[in-house]
Amino acid sequence: MSATLPDFELIRPATLAAAIAALQEAEAPRLCAGGTDLIVNMRHGLSPAATLIDITAIDELAGIVRQGEGLHIGAATRLCELEEDDTLARAYPAVAEAVRTIAGPAHRQAATLGGNLCLDTRCLYYNQSDWWRRANDFCLKYGGDVCRVAPSGKRCRAAFSGDLAPALMVHGGEIVIAGGEGLRRLPVQDFYREDGADHLALEKGEIVTGVYLPPPAGLSAYRKLRLRGAIDFPLAGVAISCARREDGWHFAIALTGTNSCPVMVEMPPLAPDEDAAAYFRTLGRQVQKKASPQRTTAIAPHYRRLGVAAMAVRLARDLWQAA
Amino acid sequence: MRMISPVINGEECTDAVEDNLLLIDYLRRNRRLTGTKQGCDGGECGACTVLIDGRPRLACITLAAACDGAEIETIEGQKRGGRLSALQRAFHENLGTQCGFCTPGMIMAAEALLRRVPDPDDAQIRAALGGNLCRCTGYVKIIRSVRAAAGGGQ
Ligand SMILES: Cc1cc2nc3c(=O)[nH]c(=O)nc-3n(C[C@H](O)[C@H](O)[C@H](O)COP(=O)(O)OP(=O)(O)OC[C@H]3O[C@@H](n4cnc5c(N)ncnc54)[C@H](O)[C@@H]3O)c2cc1C
Ligand code: SF4
Ligand code: FES
Ligand code: FES
Repeated sequence: MSATLPDFELIRPATLAAAIAALQEAEAPRLCAGGTDLIVNMRHGLSPAATLIDITAIDELAGIVRQGEGLHIGAATRLCELEEDDTLARAYPAVAEAVRTIAGPAHRQAATLGGNLCLDTRCLYYNQSDWWRRANDFCLKYGGDVCRVAPSGKRCRAAFSGDLAPALMVHGGEIVIAGGEGLRRLPVQDFYREDGADHLALEKGEIVTGVYLPPPAGLSAYRKLRLRGAIDFPLAGVAISCARREDGWHFAIALTGTNSCPVMVEMPPLAPDEDAAAYFRTLGRQVQKKASPQRTTAIAPHYRRLGVAAMAVRLARDLWQAA
Repeated sequence: MRMISPVINGEECTDAVEDNLLLIDYLRRNRRLTGTKQGCDGGECGACTVLIDGRPRLACITLAAACDGAEIETIEGQKRGGRLSALQRAFHENLGTQCGFCTPGMIMAAEALLRRVPDPDDAQIRAALGGNLCRCTGYVKIIRSVRAAAGGGQ
């Protein structure tokens, strides 16, 4: 009856095992958590599915639990729960800050951690209605054979635009994945690859069950570049953590919104006797080098590259002064 | 196709719905509750904000089939004993509504805020309405309306 969504069968398994079985056996299955990314895409004729597996009734995927000195967050934990969690705000500030910048308050009531990590990549030529894309003869990522952003290239350059991944990365977060073969764990950065049309290292039949955060090692923060103060995906985002050790200050830096996957920027520690101004200039240049924004948003790639570097330098300097 | 039994504005309803029916279409077409507006292509504008179990949600990206047993509140359920709610009256008296298209969503988002934070400051009001777009008012009078409702609430 609804004119806006294609036909599918909705199932709502109560256990992880049942969800995995459905993923392996049902016709053209797709997981749906909060649906705040997926349903929007389905309304646009993207992300087709014959079976939608609603995973929000599975207890094994819910909630935030202490694990030793670390923290385990279930994949179906909603962003509004993360927003209200004091431990997260105190021990993993970059994560808490990133959560608060995601979409709007009503989205965060439904949106989940797992959905945010598995968020589809975004592009001006992709996140459009079916008739818009049809009029443009579609594109490489879905339904067509040419990339409108880089027509001579062979791969989709759509931008990974999740805010949580970089924040979890600078805290050494690990993704926990369940499938037919049992559980496996990956550092968050290894969960992604630089391909806008196939950016997740998720095998058929696998589900993200949660994220493990090791004990916090230092201060952290998250900033994103966007046009409006609410509802906007990052045009570019940066998370940084800073830990003071004997040999100096150790920075972990991760970017989002600039590439088809979130990326880490390597920097040696800042030694106590080192010229800090020069160090932060180098840090800015390293960020610019690693960031590879394309014409996937209405904002110029050059501006996003300079912007993310400037944000990174400011954040790193502030954390260093506070550490 | 499946049966769902949500409670809508205090009334128990039982309906057969398609698995792919969106909550906004269920409310507007099946239940004839056309106060909830569709202002965008999905998820962008907040005009379709309703309360599900007391929390703000976007009806245009929520499946009706997922609302079995849920308590749903829409703008139609806001009047109290035949009179405007504090927020409805405040929006009217403070010109918080012009064309009115965003108003049902604004009022539902503000209602969710005031139940949680009865006396919010401006920053809290702005944050709570962050996902609601208005093309007419420029927001100043909307924020004033919410403040007025909080101050003089019933
Ligand atoms: C207007 C608007 C603004 C937004 N702004 C932002 C923003 O600023 N930053 C941001 O990061 N996001 C933003 N979003 C996107 C989205 O709301 C969030 O990323 C949200 O966290 C997605 O979670 P979800 O549970 O709703 O995912 P869903 O829509 O349910 O799922 C998203 C994808 O993840 C897959 N998936 C879900 N759970 C799992 C799992 N456990 N294992 C494997 N795969 C899974 C689904 O199959 C689907 O492909 C915005 C969305 C809208 C509509
Ligand atoms: S980057 Fe190219 S292939 Fe990918 S969505 Fe955009 S236009 Fe399509
Ligand atoms: S109609 Fe739901 S957000 Fe615009
Ligand atoms: S009053 Fe017209 S959109 Fe807000």
